[in-house]
Amino acid sequence: MLEIKDLRASAGDKEILRGVSLVVRKGEVHAIMGPNGSGKSTLAQVLAGHPAYEVTGGQALFEGRDLLELEPEERAQAGLFLAFQYPVEIPGVTNAYFLRAAYNELRKARGLEEMDPIDFLDVLEAKLKTVDWEPAIMSRAVNAGFSGGEKKRNEILQLAVLEPKLAILDETDSGLDIDALRIVAAGVNQLRSPERSFVVVTHYQRLLNYIVPDVVHVLVNGRIAKSGGKELALELEARGYDWVEEEAAVA
Amino acid sequence: MTDVYVRQFETLAGNGGGEGPAWLPGVRRAAIDRFTSVGFPTSRDEEWRFTPLAPIVRAEFAPARPAALTRVSLQPFLFGHPEWPQLVFVNGTFTPELSVIPPQPEGVRLGNLAGAVVADGPLLEQHLTRHARPEATPFAALNTAFLRDGALVYVPPDTVLERPVHLLFVTSPDAGGTVAHPHNLVVVDRGAKASVIESYVSLAEGATYFTNAVTEVFSGENAWTEHTRIQRESERAYHVGLTHVDQARGSHYRSFSLAMGGAITRHNLHVRLNAPGIETLMYGLYLTRGDQVVDNHTAIYHDHPECNSWEVYKGVLDDRSRAVFNGKVFVKPEAQKTDAKQTNRNLLLSDRAKVDTKPQLEIFADDVKCTHGATVGFLDPMALFYLRSRGVPPAVARKILTYAFAGEVVNEVALEPVRVELDRLVLERLGYPV
Repeated sequence: MLEIKDLRASAGDKEILRGVSLVVRKGEVHAIMGPNGSGKSTLAQVLAGHPAYEVTGGQALFEGRDLLELEPEERAQAGLFLAFQYPVEIPGVTNAYFLRAAYNELRKARGLEEMDPIDFLDVLEAKLKTVDWEPAIMSRAVNAGFSGGEKKRNEILQLAVLEPKLAILDETDSGLDIDALRIVAAGVNQLRSPERSFVVVTHYQRLLNYIVPDVVHVLVNGRIAKSGGKELALELEARGYDWVEEEAAVA
Repeated sequence: MTDVYVRQFETLAGNGGGEGPAWLPGVRRAAIDRFTSVGFPTSRDEEWRFTPLAPIVRAEFAPARPAALTRVSLQPFLFGHPEWPQLVFVNGTFTPELSVIPPQPEGVRLGNLAGAVVADGPLLEQHLTRHARPEATPFAALNTAFLRDGALVYVPPDTVLERPVHLLFVTSPDAGGTVAHPHNLVVVDRGAKASVIESYVSLAEGATYFTNAVTEVFSGENAWTEHTRIQRESERAYHVGLTHVDQARGSHYRSFSLAMGGAITRHNLHVRLNAPGIETLMYGLYLTRGDQVVDNHTAIYHDHPECNSWEVYKGVLDDRSRAVFNGKVFVKPEAQKTDAKQTNRNLLLSDRAKVDTKPQLEIFADDVKCTHGATVGFLDPMALFYLRSRGVPPAVARKILTYAFAGEVVNEVALEPVRVELDRLVLERLGYPV
């Protein structure tokens, strides 16, 4: 599904990703953990095509296509989804309009007819259940005045509606209380399928109690320093990141 | 440059100067004298220094003449319910055969000034040129010198107009090179409620002509008035307007001003709060492109205590267009407990577009809440990326965000069918995918 080879990226003069390699197969859930500033969020945003970063080397293949050659909207149309760490507020655009616009752009890209607002409401109604939400949320402006929890829930709702092949969750757990975390994680678990892969970027192991990963990677200083099974997350929780950083420095 | 208008004035005066009561010729004469003595404003006038008036001053516009139009040709400009009262003016002259005036409650007057000067003499004498005075601007003086026709809306005390009144000023296809001076009077008496829409539209797209409009509004004690102004003249036309509002105790006045037409547009909105307990809402939206210039000057006079005013003007500027916003708020020493808020926000779609924005607060009372803010900026790149990351191409994303910016202020229009029409106009102009 996703094959990253020696990926390098910078923001301004600063190199943040210094050769990341990673393979995510269909249906797998990978967690990317690491200390602050290790490049976790940068990796997520580079994959989505964030304009603030410049790719300086390496490659990323998505279903065999060169992801880095695609515009952000083309990546979405190809089936990639990034749940933002800081979802953007868009006053004046309702959630319903925003979602339908995105949904229809994806349909158009697949040669399907656009869906009218009435039919789309039916789609939405089913998807709202994924995040345990009332339809009233759809007439509010996108993320405007939403609490931190509501914003993250809105990202998962978008994920449910847009049905990507690969979803990258960028610190989706940050700023969530335990109830919001449960709702968000339950939403993600409902969306897990043998056809869909996830990359879950998180600083804490807490989220991984709910979204159990197949593989855990530790990103240190712009490189993957260690990979392992779900037990690695527990070990990091118990011992912190220092020992991985030390191992990486020795290596 | 003023000579051409003096000659036109003398010709008209020699012909009797139009119908009307005995006092009117004197008012017109005083106004042309005023106009002659002050002349057109120049770039040295602080009030006008950002308004490129030269083309208006240089051109020698002939007086506009009535023209025959069909009702069908007005179709693009009509909206709302077919039974809304519609007063249609072609090239500044009332055209009854194109107008629709359904039966109204007792005492309501919907008509035109030329027809009312005899029947409603006392009402006109009490209000006409008493609110929008010829001294307000040189163009108001010029308008008053040629005061002949325009709309009259009178709503007697404690009367509710169920449907909004649409005043439609249309320029005919053959009216290039002419000037019209419509002059409107709207009186909403105590405890009454009315919504008035003033539209300036054109069937002369591509023609250069000049509309020099004045509208006077009196909102009586505890009256509720909604006033919508839609300016969609030819993009080569010149449009100068003065709206003066006088508000009595406890009244509510809300205005919405959309400017999207005209090569050069200047609108002054002056609101005087003549008693305590008044509420005033002023919303504006300007959409410019090409070489258009839109200049909004607003002034609110807080002369008495415990009044609230709320003002939001927004602009979307494309190409090499230019906008000017000047918002004056005057708070007299006795106007304690004033709550005044003013906001001007501008969205540039092109790096060649330009905005001059100037809040001007003069506050002489100490126990007041007055705030102002002005912004000029481009579309939020993070919001653009957010939309793109969901599969929306950049051209569509830009339209969605631009409409969202403009739509926020359109949403403030109280009357739903009016809001829907304004929304449609904005969507159409921005080429928004619905």
